[in-house]
Amino acid sequence: MHELSIALSIIDMATEEAERRPSERVAAVHLKLGPLSGVVQSALVSAFELAREGTPLAEASLVIEAIPVTIWCDGCNAETAPLALNELRCADCGEPAARLVHGQELEVTALELAALELEA
Amino acid sequence: MTNTRLVEVRQKVLKQNDVVARALRDDFERAGVFVVSLVSSPGSGKTAFLERTLSALAGKYRVAALVGDLATDNDARRLARSGAPARQIITGTVCHLEAAMVREALEGWPLDGLDYLFIENVGNLVCPSSYDLGEALRLVLFSVTEGEDKPLKYPTIFNTADLAVLTKIDLAAAVEFDAAAAMHSVQSVRPGMPLLEVSSKTGRGMDAWIELLEKRASQRTVQTAD
Repeated sequence: MHELSIALSIIDMATEEAERRPSERVAAVHLKLGPLSGVVQSALVSAFELAREGTPLAEASLVIEAIPVTIWCDGCNAETAPLALNELRCADCGEPAARLVHGQELEVTALELAALELEA
Repeated sequence: MTNTRLVEVRQKVLKQNDVVARALRDDFERAGVFVVSLVSSPGSGKTAFLERTLSALAGKYRVAALVGDLATDNDARRLARSGAPARQIITGTVCHLEAAMVREALEGWPLDGLDYLFIENVGNLVCPSSYDLGEALRLVLFSVTEGEDKPLKYPTIFNTADLAVLTKIDLAAAVEFDAAAAMHSVQSVRPGMPLLEVSSKTGRGMDAWIELLEKRASQRTVQTAD
């Protein structure tokens, strides 16, 4: 269970970015998350909701884009889907994966910023 | 509805760890030390495997070990009996090692004097998968008592490893372990990953492991020399 420390890293990163833009607040953090990142989406969302309290991101939401696992298949000479997370063979031809292409992502892609002066 | 705008950031969440891990990897390469990390569930025999490994290498190479646990320095004391220097990393409640912990534990250790450094992670098949420690080779261990399908249950960590080690094979008959099924599980989650079978008790399989380790270390040296 290391989702809390991951959530804290996300908040630190977003806070740092937000400090450079003092006239705006962070409304949302956009994250790419792969099933082979080692991070569980639901646990991360709960951890984020806990960790954001009392920070400049207290009002921010976490928008997660789930990235499906893909592999490189030499047989098809293409990026394909595997049969399963724990069966990295090409779903089209059955050949074992040459390598993993996607699925290990754990990356902040964007911040959604809202202007603060609207509240004045 | 407030007006919002989207600002692209594109930053890995574990960037901080990755930066430290990269710096460690550079330090290790410069010093010519081959670094191997070990991950497994608690009780699958990492420390016993490491004791055997350190003893086997001790006469020929300069070796050292770091070992992570939530509490106690029992494992470091066990490993130190091999004659190799061993340091304990006590993580408190943290369920995995991070690159910064490795860096801190190595402070004051002359890396130049080492050929091999082993890093034994906290026993955990989940959390360590996200953290690069700067190692050149990552081993994932599982024992015959844990079942043939262990890799299928923990695909994430098996996917970050370079080599799988099946431990306690002296107990295989007693638990009716199916080695072919275990190999199939490993190949299913990580096609092409080698699987070594060892017994730290009888020493079976240790020669093959040491041979593979030396080969990997020398390949690395050749790459560095380019």
